[in-house]
Amino acid sequence: MATTDMSAPLPGTDDAHATTLGLANDKMAMWTFIGSECLFFGALISTYLIYFGRTNEGPAPAGIFDIPFTSASTFILLMSSLGMVLALAAIQAGDMRRFRTWTMATALMGATFLAGQFYEFSVFAAEGFNLTTSPFSSSFFVLTGFHGLHVALGILMLLSMWAASMMGRLPQQLHTTVENIGLYWHFVDIVWIIIFTVVYLIPAAITIAPPTG
Amino acid sequence: MRLRRPGAGWRRWALVVTAALVLAGCATGELPQNTLAPEGRIARVEDNLWNLVFPIAVAVFFLVQGLLLYALLRYRARPDDDPSVLPRQVAGNTRLEVLWTLIPALILAAIAVPTVKTIFDLSQKPASPLEVRVIGKQYWWEFEYSDEAGNIVTANELYIPTGRPVFLTLEATGQVTDDPSSIGVIHSFWVPKLAGKQDLIPGHQRTMTIEAEKPGSYSGQCAEFCGLSHANMRFAVVALEPAEFDAWVEEHASPQPPPQDELAARGAELFTSRTCIACHAINGYEGAEARVGPNLTYFADRAKFAGYILETTPENVAAWLEDPQALKPGAQMPDLQLSDEDIEALVAYLQTLK
Amino acid sequence: MTAIAERPTTTPRRSVFRRPTAETGPWSWITTVDHKKIGILYFVTAFFFFLVGGVEALLIRLQLAQPGGTLLTADQYNQIFTMHGLTMIFFAVMPLGAAFFNYLLPLMIGARDVAFPRLNAFSYWVFLAAGIFLYSGILLGGLPDGGWFNYAPLNLIGPNPTLGVDPSAGSPIPEHVQRMVLYSIGLQIAGIASLASSVNFIVTVFNMRAPGMTLMRMPIFVWSIFVTSFLMLFAMPVIGVALWQLLFDVRYGTSFFNPASGGDPVLWQHMFWLFGHPEVYILILPAFGMVSEVLPVFSRKPLFGYSAMVFSMIAIAFLGWGVWAHHMFAAGLGPVANSAFGLSTMFIAVPTGVKIFNWLGTMWGGRIRITTPLLFAAGLVGMFTIGGLSGVTHSIVPHDWQQTDTYYVVAHFHYVLFGGSIFGIFSATYFYFPKVTGRMLDEKLGKLHFALMIIGFNVTFFPMHILGLWGMPRRIYTYADGMGWNFWNLVETIGAFIIAAAILVFMVNVTRSLRHGAVAGNDPWDARTVEWLTTSPPPPYNFEEVPHVSARDEAWHRKYVSDGSQAPRRVPAGASPDHGTPDDASPGEAAVPAAEAPAHGPAHDGASAIHMPSPSYYPAIAALGLPIAGWGVVAGGAVQVALLVLGGTIIISGLFGWVLEPSAEDH
Repeated sequence: MATTDMSAPLPGTDDAHATTLGLANDKMAMWTFIGSECLFFGALISTYLIYFGRTNEGPAPAGIFDIPFTSASTFILLMSSLGMVLALAAIQAGDMRRFRTWTMATALMGATFLAGQFYEFSVFAAEGFNLTTSPFSSSFFVLTGFHGLHVALGILMLLSMWAASMMGRLPQQLHTTVENIGLYWHFVDIVWIIIFTVVYLIPAAITIAPPTG
Repeated sequence: MRLRRPGAGWRRWALVVTAALVLAGCATGELPQNTLAPEGRIARVEDNLWNLVFPIAVAVFFLVQGLLLYALLRYRARPDDDPSVLPRQVAGNTRLEVLWTLIPALILAAIAVPTVKTIFDLSQKPASPLEVRVIGKQYWWEFEYSDEAGNIVTANELYIPTGRPVFLTLEATGQVTDDPSSIGVIHSFWVPKLAGKQDLIPGHQRTMTIEAEKPGSYSGQCAEFCGLSHANMRFAVVALEPAEFDAWVEEHASPQPPPQDELAARGAELFTSRTCIACHAINGYEGAEARVGPNLTYFADRAKFAGYILETTPENVAAWLEDPQALKPGAQMPDLQLSDEDIEALVAYLQTLK
Repeated sequence: MTAIAERPTTTPRRSVFRRPTAETGPWSWITTVDHKKIGILYFVTAFFFFLVGGVEALLIRLQLAQPGGTLLTADQYNQIFTMHGLTMIFFAVMPLGAAFFNYLLPLMIGARDVAFPRLNAFSYWVFLAAGIFLYSGILLGGLPDGGWFNYAPLNLIGPNPTLGVDPSAGSPIPEHVQRMVLYSIGLQIAGIASLASSVNFIVTVFNMRAPGMTLMRMPIFVWSIFVTSFLMLFAMPVIGVALWQLLFDVRYGTSFFNPASGGDPVLWQHMFWLFGHPEVYILILPAFGMVSEVLPVFSRKPLFGYSAMVFSMIAIAFLGWGVWAHHMFAAGLGPVANSAFGLSTMFIAVPTGVKIFNWLGTMWGGRIRITTPLLFAAGLVGMFTIGGLSGVTHSIVPHDWQQTDTYYVVAHFHYVLFGGSIFGIFSATYFYFPKVTGRMLDEKLGKLHFALMIIGFNVTFFPMHILGLWGMPRRIYTYADGMGWNFWNLVETIGAFIIAAAILVFMVNVTRSLRHGAVAGNDPWDARTVEWLTTSPPPPYNFEEVPHVSARDEAWHRKYVSDGSQAPRRVPAGASPDHGTPDDASPGEAAVPAAEAPAHGPAHDGASAIHMPSPSYYPAIAALGLPIAGWGVVAGGAVQVALLVLGGTIIISGLFGWVLEPSAEDH
């Protein structure tokens, strides 16, 4: 690619050397997008915090959540972040086989988490706790549902990378793309840590032992 | 070449014309909802703040527009200017900039003090008020007096005594008053000459105080968009001297006797047979206790009806019974397919309710 | 997604479609990724929506010209005033700003394009899709009718209580629910466009600046883009969440805002205005940036207090997040909240006042050329001041209880958004028309346009202050005789038609000038910033040679020298630009050493070698899927599943095609 002026930033390039700040455009875009996502989940979590006490005589957090089960699936999702780190390290080192292994492992751990969420939702539904039960249930399902959707999109991206790599279409230079998808994946995991704490643990603790008075 | 100053000229003319028109407009007609002519303590306190801020705003207006016009005129390029000579390239002046940051901040801080004080003053519940519960529905107002005032329920006309604070509890409900399962929408209670507005929010209870200094009928209307007939959700606050108000309470707390007139008696029967009774209450009429539509006990005493848009004349009442939706779109009153004779009888009956 | 979206792959490969190659004709516009073409698309589309919103405004004014108007039914009126607000905010003023962002941002920072050209095209197509989706209500069950603010629970139960409520959402979907789905998903789609743009512009400003273009040397308009983009980035997800919650409430029976099942309608207000107030600044800050470019050029002086202008903009953007509840003073939040939000609202006037006075300082002592762009810019200063002052009166909470929900507020925000945003946009339109088209707009018609506009504007909106104070509420389709409102309502209606005449003059001017306007040349206004260094219209690659920037107002410093003590003089044409110490730069960023910023860039081998991103079908394809999926939710039943699957498939395949094609073909 011939350009007239190598010091000028070029549109559509991800060559970090060509940008003003020396950061790749797509990485910066991912960080910017994550900034926006923070407000998205922030708004959903705020709604939940306002509503988790409004149960309409339906189940309350302490009565419905299965903390040990959700802890296990949380652990699996957290481990998937480790898988993501190892996948990125592999492609940076040029070990494509190891990269594919860890990408697939990450995707599978994500899928396990989603399966757990699906199971959890169906148990809740069977216990009469569904989308329309109460403001508590509405805000719970919409929040965790949107998080699940984010995990699903992440899995789709991971599988696409895996497939591209299998077909030899993911050369080692594209490790920055892997890094960006990794950023997204870690973000989704971190959001889950907040959700698990704020949505499951704290309300469950509060509703078991309500403050006296 | 002649001086050209299009922007300046137009704006000045616009100002002069506007000022003239404002004066012309002020001079004409009655303004039943004029916020600038308060007739109660609350509205007056609010208006006092306006009287403090408005002159400052006008002064700033003239300062800025004056500087703008002056700059445009004084520093405009003239045809004989040498285009290659530039004015002095001033890129800023820290002292000036600090000055016009600080001065507005100080002015605003000065305004903030009485503002905050007034906010807190007005949030207090007044001593020994008359208490009335205000219920907003699509699209009319229900007023329920406390036991002290005889437990009267009226629609679209709120009678109050002069010189005494009236403490309102405001709620929005669905079709049936006090039925939590039906959804109402947000309305806003506003009698400009007596007080600013307060929203009525379903699921919440809000409060406000109004007060009238002189007897009279004060025009009000719903101020929060509430659907098709938002524009037709008007009402009046009628202030009476305390003695007259007590008489009003005494009269309106008593039930209606059955009608004597034959036509009206037939109307009273139709009230049940044509299902009016399913929605409307009339104290003294057996079984008429529903609170879906307005309580009609003293219907004929009201100056207006149907969201306070129609004068209570026999013709208007007949037209309303004929086709409510045509007069007030989205009204909950259905078209009951009444015959002309039935309408005549019902109108006659309703006329007796005073 | 954005990250992989713009990845240029090193190995070219075949994709489903052959790469589009059209350089003229409709396909060149559909597949373009050139920020200038996208900017023009934005302008034309948004101007069309501006006309639609204008016609809606005229219908509103005709209905209210006299008491008891019968032109429109209550239902039609409610749809029209709702759509007037939505159209003007989301489909006229925001995208008109985006048009200038797109066209000018790379030119002003000396870049060849934005950071993500295809994402940029995607933003445009998504915006267009959102507009079409929202207006498709004309053919379906009607348009949204709850006001642009669409308060709960009116948005749940609908304006006509006689129809009853059916939250179970069986098929067919009730008309009212369809209207709310159009509102919710239509704005959601528009939000995707804004979000994509904001990411794109933020990265572009951070990363695509020409050598030497430090943040504090950026043109002030670029700063306004930057700040506005951050506001969009953080405001859009908030309304996005609220819109999802509304959609779930009306369509799938959740209870976020439904008081009958424990929800709280006030939450909608908080969410809406937490987005809605920053949105106001999203609408006005670009116009502030525009006039901050126009006033210095025609006053022939640098912008007065550049740093103060930058920091006041940032201050407005920050404070803008802390004032939302001033839209809710009548909602009864209690004296503490009312006081807090009253105070924050007062103090946002301080940075705004700084801007007004700095504009006056810019003109002061200048040599002001009275041109159409200058007139519109000065018009903004004057008219926005009125809107700002009425804004301060809103912060007097007890009196705001009188003002809120009346025509006084309608007057206020039209002075801000019409007298502010629209005047700024017209100023920029007259200013940049020569750069975009290579021809000048006619000055006589331009001044006629301005004269009609400022008269029409004031005749229409000034009396609204009076009517509001005389107790006329907003959003009423009719009013009674005898309220004292008849005269001014009639005057306002006449004013609205004067504005319409002004817009007609503008359209005539554009049509004529496109063919017969005087040829502009590179720099017809003797302007100050680098976009005027290139040709008019600029080539696809913007600059044959990327400018090296050594001062704020780079272009001016290439034309004039100033040693600080004397009035600057013009450098003879053709002479080597002499980069003296720019007197408008702060000491810390005085001229960069010559080695770092050579007057000429390295030798270049001609424009043909400049490699630009190639056109693409995929942004438009991916955008097409969004409304299709949306119509599924409107329709319900089996159609819903079919359309959701179809729309989803189109989006996903569009994105995959996008990812798998390189951003630029190798030659």
